[in-house]
Amino acid sequence: MSGHDSKYFSTTKKGEIPELKEELNSQYKDKRKDAVKKVIAAMTVGKDVSSLFTDVVNCMQTENLELKKLVYLYLINYAKSQPDLAILAVNTFVKDSQDPNPLIRALAVRTMGCIRVDKITEYLCDPLQRCLKDDDPYVRKTAAICVAKLYDINAELVEDRGFLESLKDLISDNNPMVVANAVAALAEIQENSNRPIFEITSHTLSKLLTALNECTEWGQVFILDALSKYKAADAREAENIVERVTPRLQHANCAVVLSAVKMILQQMELITSTDVVRNLCKKMAPPLVTLLSAEPEIQYVALRNINLIVQRRPTILAHEIKVFFCKYNDPIYVKMEKLEIMIKLASDRNIDQVLLEFKEYATEVDVDFVRKAVRAIGRCAIKLERAAERCITVLLELIKIKVNYVVQEAIIVIKDIFRRYPNTYESIIATLCESLDTLDEPEAKASMIWIIGEYAERIDNADELLESFLESFPEEPAHVQLQLLTATVKLFLKKPTEGPQQMIQVVLNNATVETDNPDLRDRAYIYWRLLSTDPEAAKDVVLAEKPVISDDSNLLDPSLLDELLANIATLSSVYHKPPEAFVTRVKTTTQKTEDEDYGSETGNSESPAHIADSAASPPTSSGAPYAAARQAAPAPASPAHAAAAPVPDLLGDLIGMENSAIVPVDQPASPAGPPLPVVLPASTGQGLQISAQLTRREGQIFYSLLFENNTQSPLDGFMIQFNKNTFGLAAAGPLQVPQVQPGTSAGTLLPMVTFQNMSQGPPSSLLQVAVKNNQQPVWYFNDKISLHVFFTEDGRMERANFLETWRSLPDSNEITRDFPGIVVSNVEATLDRLAASNMFFIAKRKHANQDVFYFSVKIPRGIPFLIELTTVVNNPGVKIAIKTPSPETAPLFFEAMETLLKD
Amino acid sequence: MPVAASAIYFLNLRGDVLINRLYRDDVGGNMVDAFRMHIMQTKELGTCPVRQIGGCSFFYMRISNVYIVIVVSSNANVACAFKFVVEAVALFKSYFGGAFDEDAIRNNFVLIYELLDEIMDFGYPQNLSPEILKLYITQEGVRSPFSSKPTDKPVPNATLQVTGAVGWRREGLVYKKNEVFLDIVESVNLLMSSKGSVLRCDVTGKILMKCFLSGMPDLKLGLNDKIGLEKESQLKSRPTKSGKTIELDDVTFHQCVNLTRFNSEKTVSFVPPDGEFELMKYRITEGVNLPFRVLPTIKELGRTRIEVNVKVKSVFGAKMFALGVVIKIPVPKQTAKTNFQVTSGRAKYNAAIDCLVWKIRKFPGQTEPTLSAEVELISTMTEKKSWTRPPIQMEFQVPMFTASGLRVRFLKVWEKSGYNTVEWVRYITKAGSYEIRC
Repeated sequence: MSGHDSKYFSTTKKGEIPELKEELNSQYKDKRKDAVKKVIAAMTVGKDVSSLFTDVVNCMQTENLELKKLVYLYLINYAKSQPDLAILAVNTFVKDSQDPNPLIRALAVRTMGCIRVDKITEYLCDPLQRCLKDDDPYVRKTAAICVAKLYDINAELVEDRGFLESLKDLISDNNPMVVANAVAALAEIQENSNRPIFEITSHTLSKLLTALNECTEWGQVFILDALSKYKAADAREAENIVERVTPRLQHANCAVVLSAVKMILQQMELITSTDVVRNLCKKMAPPLVTLLSAEPEIQYVALRNINLIVQRRPTILAHEIKVFFCKYNDPIYVKMEKLEIMIKLASDRNIDQVLLEFKEYATEVDVDFVRKAVRAIGRCAIKLERAAERCITVLLELIKIKVNYVVQEAIIVIKDIFRRYPNTYESIIATLCESLDTLDEPEAKASMIWIIGEYAERIDNADELLESFLESFPEEPAHVQLQLLTATVKLFLKKPTEGPQQMIQVVLNNATVETDNPDLRDRAYIYWRLLSTDPEAAKDVVLAEKPVISDDSNLLDPSLLDELLANIATLSSVYHKPPEAFVTRVKTTTQKTEDEDYGSETGNSESPAHIADSAASPPTSSGAPYAAARQAAPAPASPAHAAAAPVPDLLGDLIGMENSAIVPVDQPASPAGPPLPVVLPASTGQGLQISAQLTRREGQIFYSLLFENNTQSPLDGFMIQFNKNTFGLAAAGPLQVPQVQPGTSAGTLLPMVTFQNMSQGPPSSLLQVAVKNNQQPVWYFNDKISLHVFFTEDGRMERANFLETWRSLPDSNEITRDFPGIVVSNVEATLDRLAASNMFFIAKRKHANQDVFYFSVKIPRGIPFLIELTTVVNNPGVKIAIKTPSPETAPLFFEAMETLLKD
Repeated sequence: MPVAASAIYFLNLRGDVLINRLYRDDVGGNMVDAFRMHIMQTKELGTCPVRQIGGCSFFYMRISNVYIVIVVSSNANVACAFKFVVEAVALFKSYFGGAFDEDAIRNNFVLIYELLDEIMDFGYPQNLSPEILKLYITQEGVRSPFSSKPTDKPVPNATLQVTGAVGWRREGLVYKKNEVFLDIVESVNLLMSSKGSVLRCDVTGKILMKCFLSGMPDLKLGLNDKIGLEKESQLKSRPTKSGKTIELDDVTFHQCVNLTRFNSEKTVSFVPPDGEFELMKYRITEGVNLPFRVLPTIKELGRTRIEVNVKVKSVFGAKMFALGVVIKIPVPKQTAKTNFQVTSGRAKYNAAIDCLVWKIRKFPGQTEPTLSAEVELISTMTEKKSWTRPPIQMEFQVPMFTASGLRVRFLKVWEKSGYNTVEWVRYITKAGSYEIRC
C-alpha cells in the first residue's frame, strides 16, 4: 500500500498563492489540512510560499497532530525570513510545551530549538527548563538535544540559565536514551567551547559504560565517541575499559563497531602486556573484515579506516589479505582502496598471490584502476627486496601485452625500481627500449629519458634514442625538457664523442636561449658553466651517486596518524586529514592557522611533502629541485621517489645558497637544562627519543634538545633542519651531539637565529623539525613555538610612554581573552616570574575587588604588546586585554601567557 | 562528534529535489546545487561516495532511482551517516510496503517529513525502529499490518516505548498461536582462478526471524558453532553430543541481543522485536562446501572465432536441487554469431551485457551439464588490445543446504505465561559474488 500525496504537487489553473490562501482560511478542517499539505509540497519543490506565513500559522492551533507537525515544518523553513511574524507562533509553542501529551510537549521544544530567531529563543528558555525535568523520558531526551541547539544559537544564555548543569544531571538519568542524548549534547558543546565543560572522570566513564548495554545503537555511538577522548590512568584501567568495550565489536551497526575499534585502539596505546595486545588484535580482525560485506559506501569508509589501522597495527590484518582481493563488480572507489591496503599488507609470504591478483587487475577495463595496479606492482618491488625480481618479471609480461597505458605506467615504476636497486636489473633495459615509440605521456617519457641518461654507457645506441626525443624538445612539457637536459649532459659526460657533443650544444641552446622557463634556463646555465670550467667537477656533481629511495606506502606522519586514529569513523579518517584542515568553524583562531599549515604539509598521503625539500627551495619553484644530484630522479609525481632523504645540497655552495640549513655534527655536546617535553617518542623513532623546547638565555634563543638512544646500536652523525615557520627560526650553527651509545642520552643547546626562512600566511606556532642520523631514516616532528621566547630584554616601557602608546593604537587592535582556569595566588612571585620572561610590570590599580596590572612586552622588530591583566587574587579567572600594532599574533601571545601564568 | 548530518536531500536522477530536511544551520539551503554541479553533472558521479566541495562535505548513495545526499560542514561521523541512510531507507520501505523510489517518495512526502523529523534531531540519529515508530506515526493509506491492530489513536505509552530499555518491542502483544520462523540465508562468495584453485571463498550468512509471540518472551538460540558448544559443555561439565561443528569467523547481532552475555557465556539470548527482523549475521571462511564447481575452457581460435566449453558440476546431495541457476559466460563485444549446445536448461546470447546466459531452472545434485558454444567475431580493422576476459558469474539458490554447514540446534522460548511455541526452520544458500576467472 502506498500514499497518494503526489496529488498535492499538481498545480491549479488559478493563481496558486491566492487559491491556497483561501483554502487555508476555509472553515472546514479537512480542506485546511489539504491546503497545508499543498503549501508544504510547494515548499519542497522550491516555490516561495513565505507570503502565506500568517495563514499557515493560523492553522497551528489544532488538535490534529499531523497538521500541527506540518505547520511546524513550515515554521522551521520560513521563520527566519519572517522573524516579526514568527512571534505569532510563540504562544502556541509555549502552550504546546505544557500539553498533557508528551509527544506534543517534545515536538514543541524540538521545533522551537530549530527556529533560529532571537525572539523565539528568548521564549524557549522556560519551556526548556521544564522539559529537562519532565516526567516523560521522551520529552527529556528531546530537551537534552535542544540544549545543544540553544548553545549553538546563544551560548551565553545556556550558561546563564544553568542548562549545562541540568544537562549534566541527565547523565545520571535512569533512561538510557536520555543519557545518550545528553552525552551527545555535552560532547558537542565541549567541542565548541574553550572551557572545560564536560570532563570525563573515571566515575562517569564507568557509569556510561554500564549504560552502553541498554542504549540504542546510535546512543552507543554517541557514548563511545565521547568516551574515546578519555585517557586512562594506567595500563590496568585501560585493560578494564577495553574489556567492557570489546563486546560492541559484535554489533550489527557498523558505526558502533568502528567507534568501539577507535576506543580500543586508543586504550591499547597504554596497555603494556603483549599478550593482551595480541589478543585484542585477534578480536578486532573479524569485525573489521565483516564491514566489507556491507553496502559499498560503508565498505569505502571501512577501507579508508583500515588503511590507517594497518599503518599503526599491521598485525591485525596480516593474515587477511585475501579479503581485500577485488571483486569484478566492486565499485571503482572500493577497488582503489583495496589495492592500497593490499600493498600495505603485502609481505614475502603472500607476494606471489598478490602479484597474481595485480596482474589480473592490470588487464581489466577501467584505465585508472589498471594504472594503479601496475604501480602497485612497482611499489611492492620497492618494498620487498626479495620479491623485486618476481615483480619485475610480472611487469615485463605486462609490457608484452603492449597496451599503451600499461607500458607507460610500467616504465614509470621500473625507473623507481632502478633507483631502489641500482646495478641489479639493468638487463631489462633493452626490452624497455622496444616500447620507446609508443610513449606519449610526459611522466612516462621523462622516466624513460632518465633511464637512458642514467645508463647511457650500457645502451649502445643511447645517443640515437635521445636524439629522437630532441627533435620535439621545444614542444615537450617542462619536466620532460628538464630530464632531456640532464640526460644529454649525462650522456656527454659518459661518452664524450662527437655526436653527444653536438647534441649538448643543441640542448643547451634550446634550454637557455629559446625557453621562457626559468627552472630550465637556470639548470642549463649551471651545466654550461660546470662543463666549461671543470668537466671533472661536472662529473662529480651530475654523475654523483644517488641516495637509495624507499617505499612510501606507510608514510603518514606518525603524529598525523595518531590524530587520524583518534578520529576513526569520522570524515577526518576518510580524508586522511586532520579535522582542522577541512572544518572551517573551529573554536580558536590559533588552532586554525596552525593546522591549516600542517594539513597542507602532510595531509596528502600520496606524496608526502618533505620538509627538507620545501626548506631548501623557494616556494615558487614548481617542485623542481635545484641540485643536479637530486633532480636526477625524474619528475616529482612519482610516489616512490618522493621519499628520498634530504641530501646535502651539492650545488648549494656554487650558487651561493649558504643558508642550506643542514648542519653536520662535529662537536661534543653541552648538557641540557630542566626536563624537556618529548617531541619524538621512542615508539615512533624506532628507539630514538627526542625531547626538545625553545628557550631564551641571555638574550639569545636556543633550541634545547635531548637525544635518548634506546636502540641496540650507537647513533651518530646527527643533523637537524627546520621548515619555514612564522618567525623564520633556523639553526645558527652546527648541531653538536656526540655519538650516543645505546641506553645513554646526550643533550645540547642549539643556538637559533630568527627571520631566516619565514613562511607566508597567518602567524602559526607550528615548528616542523627534521632530524637525521647515520643509522636511521629521517625523523620529522612538530614542535610548538611559544611566543615568550621572543620577548626581548628591552621591552620595559615608561608609564607615560605606555599610556601614549595605548591611546595611539586604534581600538580594533585591542583583543581580550579570559582564562577561567588560572589562579594568581602570589602576586609577588608571579610578577617576578613574568619579569624573568621579559614581561615588565608597569603599574597596578584596584577596581572594585579586582586587581588590574599593566605590563609591557616587546618582540623582535620592535613590536610592542601592552597588557592589561585583571584578576581577583586567589580566585580562578584571569582576564587579559592586549593592545598591539600586530593583532594577528594575539592568539600566539595568549597561548604564551597561558603557559607563563600556569607555570 | 557523532553528528551524522547537517542536511539530507533526496534527489531524482535529474537532480530535482524530491524532499529535503535541514537539521543544522551550518550548511546553506542551496548546498544541493553544488552537489548537482560538481558531482551529478560530472564524471565524478560514482567515483567516490564522500566528497568535499568548498567548506562542505557530501556523502551520497543511490537507491533505485533516488540519490540520497547528506551534507555536513563538521567532522561528522561518516559511518554513522551511511548507516543512518541505510536504516532510514529500510524504515521507509516498511512504511510504503516494500518499494522505495521516486514515486514512493512523492506519494508519501508528508509521511517522510514526519519521519525525518522523528528519526533525527539536530543531526543525531534517534530511534529508527519501524516497530516502535508505527505506534505513533501513522498515515492514512499507509497502514501496515501492525497499525491495523486496535491502535488507531496514538498509544498513550508510546513515548515510554520509544525510549525504553526494550526499545524494539511493545508490550501487551497477544497471539492466539505462538510461532517463530527462522530463515538461515547464506550467500557464498567465490573467486576461482581459471585453473580451478580457490583464490577467495567465504560465506556471509544471516538469520532472519519472524516472531509472532505474545508478551515479553526471552529467547535463546543454539547453533552448532564450535565456541558456543565448547562453552556449553564447559558449563555443564559434560561433553555435548558431537556432530559436525563449525567455526564462525565473526558474528554480529541485532540490537536486541545481549552482547555482554554473548561475550561471557557465548549464548545468543534476546527479547525479539515483533514481526520480521535480522537476528544475526555471520561470516565463515574455513570449511566452506561449495555447491557448484565450474570448469571452463575458452579458446581463441585466430582473431575471429572463440570456442567455449563450460561444465558445471553440482556437488551437493543427489536428493537436493538448486533453483534459478544462471551462468553468465562473457564473450567479446564484437560477437557476431553464436552457436551452442547445452545438455540441460536453455542458453542465449545477450548482447547488452556481452554474455552467453545459460539458465537452468531446476538443477539436481550430483549432475554435471555442459555448454559448448562457438562464437564468431566481427574482425575489427584497428588492432585493439586483446579481449580482457571478465570472469564467469553464477547465480543460484539451493534450498535446505548451507554452504557453511551451520545448523540450528535449538531455539528456546520462555515467557512468564508459559505458552508453547511452534518453531519453523528453513535453510537456503544463494550465490553472492560467485566468480570464476577464465
